[in-house]
Amino acid sequence: MNLWLTLAVNSVALGGLLFLLSAGFSLIFGLMRIPNLMHGSFFMLGAYFGVTFLAKGTNFWVAALASGAAMAIIGGLVERFLLRRLAGQELPQVLLTLGLSFIVSDICLMIWTGDPIQPSTPSSLQGAVQAFGIYFPIYRLVIVAVAVAVAVALWLMIDWTRLGAMIRAGVDDGPIARVIGIKVSQLFTLIFCLGAALAAFAGVMGSPILSVYPGLDIDMLPLALLVVILGGTGSLLGAFVGSFVIGFLYNFGQAMFPDLAYVILFLPMLLVLVLRPQGLFGRVVS
Amino acid sequence: MSGRLIRAAVIAIAGIALATLPFWVGNAYYINIASQILFWAVFALSLNILVGYAGLVSLGHAGLFGIAGYTAGLLLEGGHGHLTAIFAALAAVLATSVIFAILSLRSTGIGFLMITLALGQILWGIAYRWATLTNGDNGVVVRSRPAPFGIVLTSPTSFYYATLIVFLLVVVSIAMFVRSPFGASVRGTRDQPRRMTALGYHVWLIRFIAFLLSGLWAGVAGILFVYYNQFISPQVVALQTSAEVLLMVISGGTATLLGPIAGAAIVVIMKNVVSAYIERWNLVLGIIFVAIISFMPEGLVPGSVRLSKMGWRLFRDRYSSAVLSNVAEPPP
Repeated sequence: MNLWLTLAVNSVALGGLLFLLSAGFSLIFGLMRIPNLMHGSFFMLGAYFGVTFLAKGTNFWVAALASGAAMAIIGGLVERFLLRRLAGQELPQVLLTLGLSFIVSDICLMIWTGDPIQPSTPSSLQGAVQAFGIYFPIYRLVIVAVAVAVAVALWLMIDWTRLGAMIRAGVDDGPIARVIGIKVSQLFTLIFCLGAALAAFAGVMGSPILSVYPGLDIDMLPLALLVVILGGTGSLLGAFVGSFVIGFLYNFGQAMFPDLAYVILFLPMLLVLVLRPQGLFGRVVS
Repeated sequence: MSGRLIRAAVIAIAGIALATLPFWVGNAYYINIASQILFWAVFALSLNILVGYAGLVSLGHAGLFGIAGYTAGLLLEGGHGHLTAIFAALAAVLATSVIFAILSLRSTGIGFLMITLALGQILWGIAYRWATLTNGDNGVVVRSRPAPFGIVLTSPTSFYYATLIVFLLVVVSIAMFVRSPFGASVRGTRDQPRRMTALGYHVWLIRFIAFLLSGLWAGVAGILFVYYNQFISPQVVALQTSAEVLLMVISGGTATLLGPIAGAAIVVIMKNVVSAYIERWNLVLGIIFVAIISFMPEGLVPGSVRLSKMGWRLFRDRYSSAVLSNVAEPPP
């Protein structure tokens, strides 16, 4: 009984992390049509930045935000100087981001060596709260709260602000949006920076749970892919629901069928692809 | 007519060079590298059917390559004969290709790529996590190589010739595929899927068959790989392998017969040379990717020709303008 509850709490926490990771991926992939295969690298590099800041005694939240800001700058540079030249060419974009992800993983291995680093949970967030006779670890609840807050903020931004309206206009009909004076290229750079920052932030948030190790990027990228295939590209709601589905499947799969955990993880993707190829909440793009 | 003659002469010279390679190379190390180039070329050629001719970029081909290698390796370890292992491996790779194709062909373009990537990662996960079946990270050791018609393939030279025969069979069959009406219809689905549908072709089925062909040859390469190394581990099934073979295809030039072979030679030689000096093969691989995409998107071979022409023109212009300014000072 208690085991299942622990698993469920862990699943929800992983779901929150996955949402932070895949929201940016979904926005970049769904809105800008850039298949960003270095999104896992953003997560891992962000986590490494975070643990470096933490090792210097920085406050946890400051470290997470600083890592996000650093990654926003790196992401912006990549978008502006490398991906921009390949606008609309999906295959070169894939190969470029894949190549960059290899470079990042090797540089991380060079700088932070191959040993996994696991920072301790921030002291103010240690311990557990009791509710309904069950103990919930505070840190995992905080992750979920942050994920929900980010989800609401993103939804408000995309659906209810002028900025969001301009982004949607740029996505739906770029040339016309440019004609009426919307700086579509700058908006896209902004989205890319935001996605990179969210991934790095998620990396720091996740580091006390997942630890940071070489190969974290390749572990996280397929999960983000799964979430987006499951939820539908470009859909925030899809990314949100998909993240928690994957979070549950990952933890319960690992516990119940450790040998086949990976297969179970991918089963819903297969179902969705066969029955509803555009994803649970995806739009059909003609 | 002379073009055809030159072509025939080049093919004849290349054939003779390949057939006599162990005699003029001599050193076993280099013969082994030649074998590696040949089976990686088979793998790259198989991926090129999809990437070049069908316009479908797969990042899950290491999974197909690996499943053939693993099936053969596990059966051999289980005490089965070589013939059983090879045919079972081909059957396994075909069955897996059917599943891969049904799922990934729900989509084209970037969707196809993402789905094949995810499917490839499933196979990696099985190879890595299902330790009771695949021996996990420790991999599978193959203790013997087959001896077709009583010829033992343990020496580098004999294995080279066996690989060469398979390689030539694959090259000839792919050349026939490309020239056949079916090959033309595959290219048609790449360039004009709607028009092909309107003409009454079953686009999905054509892509499906192209996928199976590609998977089958990838499986052949996987079997050669496992017999060459006599070992297979989850590393082989990882995304990095898919990326490497894709690099072979695009660096040599897609949709050509020679491109993937040249690409395989370039990547294998580079990997061996780089690994001899530094441990940073991943870094080098990434930099090559970024450089190719940024500077010569059409592939290494045509790209370097173009860049060298450009460089020559720049050099010539500068030189000739320098001569001109010396001869006649332009009026102010």
